[in-house]
Amino acid sequence: MDKSYLSDENFKKLDKLIQSNKERKGALMPVLHEAQHIFGCLSLEVQQRISEKMKIPLSEIYGVVTFYSQFTLQPKGKYTIGVCLGTACYVRGSQAIIDKISEITGVEVGKTSKDGKFTLEATRCIGACGLAPVISINDEVYGKLTPDDIPGILEKY
Amino acid sequence: MKSIAELEKIQRESLTKVNIRRIKQGKNTIGSEESFNTEDGVRSHVLVCAGTGCTSSKSLEILKKLEKEIEKYNLKDEIKIVKTGCFGFCEAGPIIVVYPEGTFYSHIKVEDVEKITEEHLLNGNIVKDLLFKGSIKEDEIVPINEVDFYKKQKRMALRNCGLINPEDVKEYIALDGYKALAKALSEMTPEEVIEEVKNSGLRGRGGGGFPTGLKWGFTANAVDDEKYVACNADEGDPGAFMDRSILEGDPHSLIEAMAIAGYAVGAELGYVYVRAEYPIAVERLQIAIDQAREIELLGKNIFGTDFNFDMEIRLGAGAFVCGEETALINSIEGKRGMPRPRPPFPANKGIFNKPTLLNNVETYANVPEIILKGAEWFANIGTERSKGTKVFALGGKINNTGLLEVPMGTTLRDVIYEVGGGIPKNKDFKAVQTGGPSGGCIPSDYLDTAIDYDNLIELGSMMGSGGMIVMDEDNCMVDIARFFLDFTVEESCGKCTPCREGTKRMLELLDKITSGEGEMEDIDKLESLANTIKSSSLCGLGQTAPNPVLSTLKYFRHEYEAHVKEKTCPAGNCQDLLTYFITDGCKGCTLCAKACPVNAISGKTKTQHIINTEICIKCGACMEKCPFDAIIKK
Repeated sequence: MDKSYLSDENFKKLDKLIQSNKERKGALMPVLHEAQHIFGCLSLEVQQRISEKMKIPLSEIYGVVTFYSQFTLQPKGKYTIGVCLGTACYVRGSQAIIDKISEITGVEVGKTSKDGKFTLEATRCIGACGLAPVISINDEVYGKLTPDDIPGILEKY
Repeated sequence: MKSIAELEKIQRESLTKVNIRRIKQGKNTIGSEESFNTEDGVRSHVLVCAGTGCTSSKSLEILKKLEKEIEKYNLKDEIKIVKTGCFGFCEAGPIIVVYPEGTFYSHIKVEDVEKITEEHLLNGNIVKDLLFKGSIKEDEIVPINEVDFYKKQKRMALRNCGLINPEDVKEYIALDGYKALAKALSEMTPEEVIEEVKNSGLRGRGGGGFPTGLKWGFTANAVDDEKYVACNADEGDPGAFMDRSILEGDPHSLIEAMAIAGYAVGAELGYVYVRAEYPIAVERLQIAIDQAREIELLGKNIFGTDFNFDMEIRLGAGAFVCGEETALINSIEGKRGMPRPRPPFPANKGIFNKPTLLNNVETYANVPEIILKGAEWFANIGTERSKGTKVFALGGKINNTGLLEVPMGTTLRDVIYEVGGGIPKNKDFKAVQTGGPSGGCIPSDYLDTAIDYDNLIELGSMMGSGGMIVMDEDNCMVDIARFFLDFTVEESCGKCTPCREGTKRMLELLDKITSGEGEMEDIDKLESLANTIKSSSLCGLGQTAPNPVLSTLKYFRHEYEAHVKEKTCPAGNCQDLLTYFITDGCKGCTLCAKACPVNAISGKTKTQHIINTEICIKCGACMEKCPFDAIIKK
């Protein structure tokens, strides 16, 4: 797997980040959020550095990282497709949408395509219930969908 | 800010700049009764919704285009464009409202902007075909507040949402913002503030409905050198988005309320725990905090008193259980978000083991109004034991999807049919799900129930945070129960056995039933397991997780029995129990046969086709393709 994200430059950013959070109580979560932003994921190497610098046992950090669904141990695809499976979307047929995306991209839910292009995720309610069912591709949101809309949307990427 | 006089000065200056939005607001008028004033020469305000719903349908592009058009016609001095928070009526989005008329344009596209600018803003003629349909009544155009969706509402927690620019503290101050804080600090002792909140009868809006004043009292009485106030903005119930709306549309109301709470209980730092799924809310709240710091409404010696208060945002990371108060506290401390046993309660040992006051966003949003207008005024609204209003997020099979706020005691029927506009496609109402994964389904027999905390619990559901999902005849209640269990199983933190193991076994039983493998004793097992989990789980998540099953068993047992005994799904929803048929509506176009991935459909061109049910894998591809709606499943 490509490990280019573990660059010196990124680690420097991380060290600086930890330094600026030194006085903050309970700073682990904010640091993890930012670290994931820097590296794209929280792989073991990243966790190790956080552990050393913040003086928190690695086991504890690993525990926190794996507890929360938004933290990821592996880098994600170029485009993350999130299909909302909140109640409003589910009632309006989001399962059919997710099946369609899976069929076209060949990516299972929670996985990344082999070429690293798409990551498919079933997300919790993103609060755009007025547009149900919705999907998001990176920051772009598509609403009021039917399975027939999916091929057209994916073609853009 | 050193004095209240300073605040009043800003209010006077800013009021003229927002007054135009109140001219036809009629009974929705907020704030003091000064007359409309056009001192600054602006004759019209154009409000564009920038809530998450409308932003997702390109309202920010609309905003940009609008700015360009205004520039083009040289209208910059006469017309002000305002980016607001959520109007609540998400179904009609993107929304533009033009004041002083209160013209309500709905479903706006970028290409409509030119027409609105030219015809309405330049020439003063309302563009009728872009109006929200419901705003034409008996050939007359009515302002937004008289549209059915808004007419029956009473907006208190949402009072400023969709009315002010959330990124401009002065607009908040114009509409009496920070006046309650000024009043509390200058005229009231902390004890009096708590007494006022107690007397108002305000109860927690996040789920449980615990009396807010009592909580404040407990935290105030706890003895320690340091205390915290915290806000639970980890709105995880799928389908509920009132907290997000307040954060996006009126973040200063939360800051003001938390400062008041800090004063009341003796805390100098407030934490807001927001879910990371709400980027716009986080951004606007941060802007609001920065602005409040800049004019010293947060910081040291607020209004020249010896009261200091500051705030910090903490982000969640996608764990539903963190909405539970002790789990939230663990998460703020940087730990796994698992609940702690209570007691000790957060009021005694909360964040970093210090006494902590924890309320939800909507609860806080009511506080400035209570302090400003008095407990009695608030207690006059609502029912005997549930005071004030409640915000609901109406979704599912309903015409007017969106956020609405009604007085406690309004009936479910009024909410669904009057404000919500009923069910699409003339389908029959089947049930309304309240309280998210912790709540239950309420059937049509109880539509005339007055909504309050106690009535909903009596019906086997709960208020929860206010999600309200409407289901019609096509929704299978067993499948809905399964859906919620699926959610809980995934979100169970794993700390206690009843929740971790019990919900899994319940889900297995539900999977078995919905796939047609169920036996009658499974239903009994499900029920007994549900009751055990309810009584033995550690935290609120586990204790309420069985509610969707128990309530559907109570009101829709016949559907469970149909799945087991007859191996059918009455609502036509559970794929494994369905068979696809082609009716005589078939024109023999062959599209279905071509779409079928397993070649289960046969028939000659222009004659009725037949599905071989032995081969059919029930994927539904044929039904999707049929142009004549001739394929049915039952």
